[in-house]
This record gives sequence, C-alpha cells and structure tokens, in this order.
Amino acid sequence: MWTGFPLFPEQASTIARGVDALYYFLTIVSGFFSILIFLFILYFAVRYRRRPTNLGPVQVEGHLGIELVWSVIPLALTLVMFGWGAALFIRNSRPPQNAQDVYVVGQQWMWKIQHQEGRREINELHVPVGQPVKLTMASQDVIHSFFIPAFRVKQDVVPGRYTTMWFEATKAGEYHLFCAEYCGTQHSGMIGRVVVMEPDDFQRWLGGSAAPTGGVEPPAPSEPGGTTSLPAAPAPSAAATPAAPAVSVSSPKQPASPSAPTPKLDVNAINTINAVSAGQQLFAQRGCAGCHTPGAPYPQLAGKFGTMVPLEGGGSALFNEDYIRESLIAPNAKISAGARPIMPTYVGRMTEEEILQIILYIRSLKPPEGQGL
Amino acid sequence: MSPASVRQNYLNIKFGAASWLLTKDHKRIAILYLISITLFFFLGGFFAVLIRLELVTPPGDLVQAETYNKLFTMHGVIMIFFFLIPSVPAVLGNFLIPMMIGARDLAFPKLNLLSWYIFTIGGLFTLTAVVNGGVDTGWTFYTPYSSTYANSHVILTAVGIFITGFSSILTGLNFIVTVHQMRAPGLTWTRLPLFVWANYATSLIMVLGTPVIAITVVLVGVERLFKVGIFDPALGGDPLLFQHLFWFYSHPAVYIMILPSMGVISEVVTCFARKRIFGYSFVAAASLAIAVIGFLVWGHHMFVSGQSPYAGMVFSFLSFLVAIPSAVKVFNWTATLYRGYVSYDAPMLYAFGFIGLFTMGGLTGLFLASLAVDVHVHDTYFVIAHFHYIMVGGAVMGYLGGIHFWWPKMTGRLYPEGWARFAALVVFIGFNLTFFPQFILGYMGMPRRYHAYPEEFQVLNVMSSAGASILAVGYLIPMIYLVWSLRYGRIADSNPWHATGLEWQTPSPPPTDNFEDTPVVSEEAYAYPSRDREVHVV
Amino acid sequence: MSERAAALAHQFDDLGQQHQAASLGMWVFLATEIMFFGGLFAGYAVYRSAYSRAFAESSHHLDIILGGVNTAVLLCSSLTMALAVRSAQLNRRRAIVLFLIATMVLGAVFLGVKFVEYRHKYEERLIPGPGFHLEAPQAQHAQLFFSFYFVMTGMHALHMVIGVPMLGVMGWLAFRGRFSRHYYSPVEMAGLYWHFVDIVWVFLFPMLYLIDRAG
Repeated sequence: MWTGFPLFPEQASTIARGVDALYYFLTIVSGFFSILIFLFILYFAVRYRRRPTNLGPVQVEGHLGIELVWSVIPLALTLVMFGWGAALFIRNSRPPQNAQDVYVVGQQWMWKIQHQEGRREINELHVPVGQPVKLTMASQDVIHSFFIPAFRVKQDVVPGRYTTMWFEATKAGEYHLFCAEYCGTQHSGMIGRVVVMEPDDFQRWLGGSAAPTGGVEPPAPSEPGGTTSLPAAPAPSAAATPAAPAVSVSSPKQPASPSAPTPKLDVNAINTINAVSAGQQLFAQRGCAGCHTPGAPYPQLAGKFGTMVPLEGGGSALFNEDYIRESLIAPNAKISAGARPIMPTYVGRMTEEEILQIILYIRSLKPPEGQGL
Repeated sequence: MSPASVRQNYLNIKFGAASWLLTKDHKRIAILYLISITLFFFLGGFFAVLIRLELVTPPGDLVQAETYNKLFTMHGVIMIFFFLIPSVPAVLGNFLIPMMIGARDLAFPKLNLLSWYIFTIGGLFTLTAVVNGGVDTGWTFYTPYSSTYANSHVILTAVGIFITGFSSILTGLNFIVTVHQMRAPGLTWTRLPLFVWANYATSLIMVLGTPVIAITVVLVGVERLFKVGIFDPALGGDPLLFQHLFWFYSHPAVYIMILPSMGVISEVVTCFARKRIFGYSFVAAASLAIAVIGFLVWGHHMFVSGQSPYAGMVFSFLSFLVAIPSAVKVFNWTATLYRGYVSYDAPMLYAFGFIGLFTMGGLTGLFLASLAVDVHVHDTYFVIAHFHYIMVGGAVMGYLGGIHFWWPKMTGRLYPEGWARFAALVVFIGFNLTFFPQFILGYMGMPRRYHAYPEEFQVLNVMSSAGASILAVGYLIPMIYLVWSLRYGRIADSNPWHATGLEWQTPSPPPTDNFEDTPVVSEEAYAYPSRDREVHVV
Repeated sequence: MSERAAALAHQFDDLGQQHQAASLGMWVFLATEIMFFGGLFAGYAVYRSAYSRAFAESSHHLDIILGGVNTAVLLCSSLTMALAVRSAQLNRRRAIVLFLIATMVLGAVFLGVKFVEYRHKYEERLIPGPGFHLEAPQAQHAQLFFSFYFVMTGMHALHMVIGVPMLGVMGWLAFRGRFSRHYYSPVEMAGLYWHFVDIVWVFLFPMLYLIDRAG
C-alpha cells in the first residue's frame, strides 16, 4: 500500500475518521504553538541580541494579566481536547447491540480466533463490511494487545480475565494486525492480518466454502500443557464442503477423537469446528454435566446467559462470559443464591480456548419448554 | 592575584584515591557522580546504537530476537535509573545547591557520600545482570511476563534498581532538609534561585515516589523466587495491580527527570539575556504544581489495559491539567528574552534547543492524554518519540547546557566556545532527524519493542537511524573538548558569565567550604540591572 | 564547653540548626517509609476486598495470642523509648542507658515471638511457595494472604532488626556520656524511628490478625 509518502494508515473503520479528525486538531494546535514559540524565541533572540546598538536589558518582572491569559487559553484548549477525546472514547467503549461476537485467545506468540458460527483462524481475522464486531479476548499466558492500526483500535489482552473491544469495518481489504504489548521473544512476530470482506463473501467464507484463505503457517509454539480435543463436526450452515481430509467427522454426541492438523495443510481451512459442540463435549467430559443437569438440585444454566442472577449473601451478577469464566476459575467467589460452595475449581486444568467453548455451549442452551428461568 | 592553579580549592586541597572515595565535600561527590553517570550514559547509548542499527532493515537480521529485547530493556533501565534520574540533581544539584544558598555543605554530607556508594553498588548489580546475559522484560517489567515467564536476569536487575532507588531517596531527603534549614541570612524562599526551587520540587517526588517502586520490585522478586501469585493471575494475582503500583512511581519519575533541567534553563536564560525571570512566582509555583499533579496521572499509561473507562477519564483530565504549568514555564522563559541583552553562548544555545524541543515533546503529550487518540498510538513509536523529545531534547540538553554553564565554576577552566556551539547544533539536528520520523511511524501503526517490522516502515526507520549517527557524534564532541579543557582550557575567573547567584561569588574552583564568610542576601534572584539605571553593561 | 563544640558538625552554624535539620531529616525519612509500607498496604487492600472470605479464613490461622502479646510488647517498648528520651532531657545518664536497654530487650522479645510464629507457620506448611499446602476451596487466595503476611511482617521485622542494634549504639554513646540536656537529638531521632516502627505494627496487627474475629 505504497501511496507516495505515507503519513496515516488507511481509514477502514467507522471510528477511524473521528480519531483522525481529533488527531488533525491536535496536530494543528501543536504545530501552531510550536511554531509560535520557535518564532518568538528567534525574534527575541535576534532583536535583543548583544550589539552596540543594544544599550542593555530593560527589566520586566512579570505581568499578572499575561500570566492569566496564557494559563487560561491553554486550559480552555486542553479542556476541549479532553472532552472530544473522552466523548469518542466512551462512545467507542460500548459495542452496539447488534454486534457480532468473535472470541480471541492470545498466547505466545499467536492469535487464535474463534467465530461463533464455527470457523477458527490463526493470526487472521475475517470480518464483514458494515457489521459491528465485538471481540471478547483472553490471554493464555502473558499480557498481549490486539492492535489494528487501520481501525484505530487497540485493547490489551490480559490473562485471568476477559477484555473486550469492538469495531465496524467500512472498507474491504487486508489490514495489519499487531500485538502491541511486549510479550517475550517473538513479540514482533505475533502479527497477522484482518481481512474485511463484502457481506456475501463473508457469509460464504463463514460457511467454509471459500477457498483456503492462505493463512500463514503459524510458528511452532509450545502449547502449554492443554490437550484440546476438538472434534470436527459439520459446519452449521448449509454448505456441503467437507472438512479437510485429515480430520474425522463425527456427530456431536460421540466422544471426541483427538485430531492433529497435518503440517502441510492450511491450518485455517481445516479449522472448521463447531465451537458449541466442542463445548458440549467438554461439558460432558470434565464433569460439569454431573451436577448441572436439568432437574438436579444444582444451579441451572439453560437460558441464563445475559440475565441477572441473584447471589448468595445478597446482590446479583450478570451471567455473561466473565461470570462463567470466574465460576470455573474461582467457583466460590460469587455463588448463586441457594447453592452451596462445593463446585471444584478448574484453574490450571482448562485452557482459555476450552473455557470459551464451554461458554459458547452454555450460551446456546435454551430453557426447557414450559419452565421459567 | 594568585593564579588559580596555586590557590587552594576543593580539587587540590588533597590528592589521592582515599581523599576522593572518603570525601564529605558535596562538590567532590558531585564529580564522582559525574564520572559514574557519564559511563552509564555511554553504555546506554551503545545499546541505542545497536537498536538503531538493527532497525535499518525490516527483518531482524543483525541480532537475535532475544538479544534485541535485552537491548531495548537495558537501554531503558540504564538511561532512566542510572543516567537521567541522577543527572542534574546528583551532579549539578549536589555541586551547586549549597553554594546557591550560601552554605558550606549539604545538611548531611556523610549521607551524601553514602548515596553515591548506594548508586554505585546498585549500578554494579545491574551491570552484573548485563554482562551475564541481560534482562528482556522491557524497563516496565510488566507481569506476569517478568514475574513468571521471563528467563533472564530479572531479580538481579530488580535488586540493582531497588538499591539505587535509595540513592535517589537520600539525595532528595538531603536537598529538602538543606533548603529548609541552611539558607543564608536574608535568603527567603522567594529569593531562591529557580534551580533550587526546581530541585526542591524534584526532591519531594523522589522521597515520596521512589519507595513505591522499591516495594514493587520487592514483590516481583518475591513472586519470582517463591512462585506465589502476587501479580500472576494463574496463581490468583492481578497483573493490573502491578501496573498501578509501577506507574504510581514511574510517572512522577519522569518529572524527576525533567524538573531539574527546567531549573537549569531558568538559570541559563536569565544569565544570557541578563534579565530577571519573567513571572518568578509563577515559575516557582509551576514546579510545585507539576510535582503535585504529577502524582495523580499515572493511569494514563493504562487507558487500554483493562482499567475502567471512567478511571481513564479521570486520569485523562488530570493529565491535561499537568500540561498547563509546563506551558506556563515555557512562556515565561520566552518572555524573559523580551528586551534582554541576549548572547549565544553554548549554554544559551542548549537552552533554546530545550525550550523548542520540550514544547514539541510536551504538546505531543496532549495526544497521549487524549483518550481516543491514545488508544491508537499507545505502545507505538509515537510514545517513544514523545518521551525522547522530552528526555533527550529536553532533559539531556538541559543537563548539557548546565554542564557547560557551570563548567568554569567546577573546573576553573573554560571550554572552547566554538566547538561547544558547533556540538550543540549537531545535537539539535541529529536529535530531530532521529526522533521526528518516529511520530509518523507511530501513527502509521509501528508498535514499540519490535525487532522486525513490515516493509512500509523502512524509509522512516532509515531516516531515524541516520539521525542517530549524527546525534552520537554530537555527544562525542563535548566528551573530547571538555576533557581537553581540563588541561588546556583557558583559566576561568570566579564569574566568567557575570551572572548573579551566590555560586558566582566565590573563586572558580571554589574552596572546600565554599565561602570564606557566610554571605548575606539582600536582593531578589536574578537582580540584573536595568539599562535605565546603570551605565555600563558588560 | 568543648563537649558542645565537639557535637557540632561543621556544615551547621549552631546546635539549634543541627537539631532542626536532624529532626526534619528524620520526618522526611519516615514519610518515605510510609510510602514504602503504603505500597504493601495498597496491594493488600486490593486483594482483601477481592478475596474477602479467603483472607478472613486465612487470618484465623494466625495466632492472636502471640500477636496480641507482641502488640503489648511493642507498645511497652515505645514507652521505654519515650522514657529514654525524657531521661536525656533530664540529664540522667544511667536512666537513658537502662531505658534503651529495656527497649532493646522488648524489641528482641518481639523478634523472638515473631520467630516462633514463623516456625509454627512453617510446621503448618503455610509458607508461600512450593511447600504451601492448605485444604480449602480457595487455597490460591489463601496463599496470597500469607504472601502479604510474610512480606509485610517480614519488612517490619527487618526494620526492627535494624532498629535494635541502632539503639545499642545509642546506648553505648549514652554510657560514654555523649548526651546531655543540650544535645540528645540522636536519641530523639532514634525514638522517632522506633515509634514509627511501632505504629506500623499497630496497623498490621488488626489488618492481618483480626479479620472477622468478632463473635
């Protein structure tokens, strides 16, 4: 994208223009004051330099009026800058209601992206034009940061909790994705691209029928401990394209057969898994289903996602990704009303990806017919 | 008049290593610091040279990734803790503050010497880390990378910083007590030179802020050694707690690094324009305001960290506020030139450079204080450009200006003026070439701490590296002529610049006890005559 | 009196200035100590509010008898320290020495009790690190509590380990007749330091030992 001498990245999101506008304002004000100071210094230094015609200094101790003027005017300008920046920031911190959820796990030194509808990517993020996308992100190890310069967005990805950000792409194309928080040896290699597609192309891609998107072979990281069993299941949407041959297709109810992607194949093309059914597998295998089954005297999960749940000891909590994750890591921190503190913790026994898959599964559960929440 | 070389002064009163290593004279201690920090400056600069060399080409082909990460970490650690923080206070402050207030020494001379030993020991720990493979966490030591994942000499470096922090604390303590208790008769607070005000404000930050970084590195060390989860979420800790604790000190630390240099500028501009400072009380108050408000803005390093947006707004607002006193100072210095009698000696050239470059650096701070823009430029080269404008374009130029200004006082010799002006120009040009392109690189999206980068960033990186080579030359030239001047420079008298200030009322170099009799002060600071009241102006 | 002249350091003009400087210096130093411990207190407060139950339960593993005894011991030692300063003001050389010795003894008792407590924790396997073992649903958060317990009380104990010999030096100087009612500021400064260390403990004890102990 060499267009003459580049000064700005492309504007490819709805907020990029607003951020750039504020940036122009800041640049103009800064340029103005810088040049002003430079010129005054130059002028005074030359006009009042030591020479025979300069008969000596005339002492001027100060002037209250001037001090006030050059305190108040900058103060007013900075307040404008503050207000403008804060307004943009607050607006950008709240994703619209219709934002599509995409889940991101950052780990040394790769980005793993999970679309709700099934597709998984590594170091690439495909999104449609004109559709707000909300990223919910977790780190498997150290702090990373998800940075898309063309969208003017960035958010640290912090271990131990979820952070979120959102954007709406406005222009099809490919854009840089960088990790922007130093995370170790290959920090500058933890990069990728964001591919913005027209909505129809994106739907086709999501269904798995698009040609392999040429995802770069990821560097061989050491996967920390967790063996994620990811059974491949038919993609939920109608497209009949089979998953790549190396992965066995099984129905969700059967136990998973661990699949290892063969090195030569495009990793992104074969990673079409149904995250929800992967979550269901985990739910069964890791013992969750032992207690959390319909009718059992333990907290019911179906239909709860997105609602407020009353807690033991008063108060309530929003049953969202954070709540589910916390329930897995520190189960007795926020116990739902009426429950006992007996749930075991899964800290260290579940990767961030697995947690996300379980969340997606729980989210998909509908309350049984005829029963209230 | 007996030649300076024969007259007894603090340098020739006693010779031998013991007389220096066991000295209690604040002036000798200042020289000890001068030597130490100069060594560290060139070590940190050497790492910078390697960084800029690597960045000439997009792929990481000069050094390995791990080495590169160690280079920028060590560059930051050394430059911040072992050069910038001590520079003006420990060298110029130590040398001048007692003299500027008419005292024989600081309040606690033995503590002063202890400060230097603590600094040196801390430095040795860190140097040990360097030669044994270095540390690769970034100078910011974010957890859990530093506490759990890094495989480098984190603890050794952390111990070095912990120890050196006490050097800072004790120096600040010494300055505060000295300024409160030991001013000469007639020297009220409102007559103090602004250099003293600036260092006093700095000392407040040093004593209140440094203990927090000390305890923070202790906790990181504990976590690393015992694998407990103070900051590691896998063990129940909170990585953001580290960031809050770290930045609570490290933001005020940047004011430690700039305020003393601002004090130098006040002295230099008044002398070389032969003017009283415009708005003395405003400049003095601004130093204190910067120190106080500076403690309230640390969260602006954490806007995208996961901190609440409302906290972000509070920190953003306060960060804009802290810019105002800095702006007031710049305006007052500029106004001081009005109707002055301006000369272009090297210290004044450095002062001009400081005012311009600090203005640019400070204004770019507004970009970073602005929440929406910071989201984009946080952790990019924009930030690097911003702080180098302030730290190098500002603080280092102020330091060099001060070294030149008081060189005759400290050594009894004049430096060669022609070479000094030339070097100041080279530094100014080299500096801008190095760091201005980095603003553009940052907005383009080039992240910090990147060993390799996409092709489209290469042109600006090459420009920056070319500038760095010029800047390096600019720093080497003074090294050469300043050392040369010790032997061959023209002998200086007590007040070659005809400046006001008590330090110029004693011989150059001064005797050990500074003054024969305690001076009595009856004038305001910078009492330069006005032309309508005096016939001859030198 | 040569005694007085000998005590005046050369950078000061008179003993009054010297005394004021020493006093201000010690107060500034104590301010730095407040910030130092303050970082620990802040971290502790964050985790205490996040993991209140785990912290309360962990607190109950601490021995409040020993902790209470230590509190009483330290408060008494502050009394003896204040009496030592008073004795200096009243020119009572023997009294200064005896009270300083009493303060040192009480300080040593404190450290001894602390050592016993630490050993108990070691035996109960509550020292954070690989050997930590606690049967509880939130053992991780309990380990956090104990990490702070050991760092905070450890830092405090370190200050006492420095303070006790310092009092010994003061006692020796007092024995040699260095102090008089005209010059006793080192004793006073040592007293300020000692009282500060005492106050830190007065905060640490309820914070660490007395969580949820009512009823």
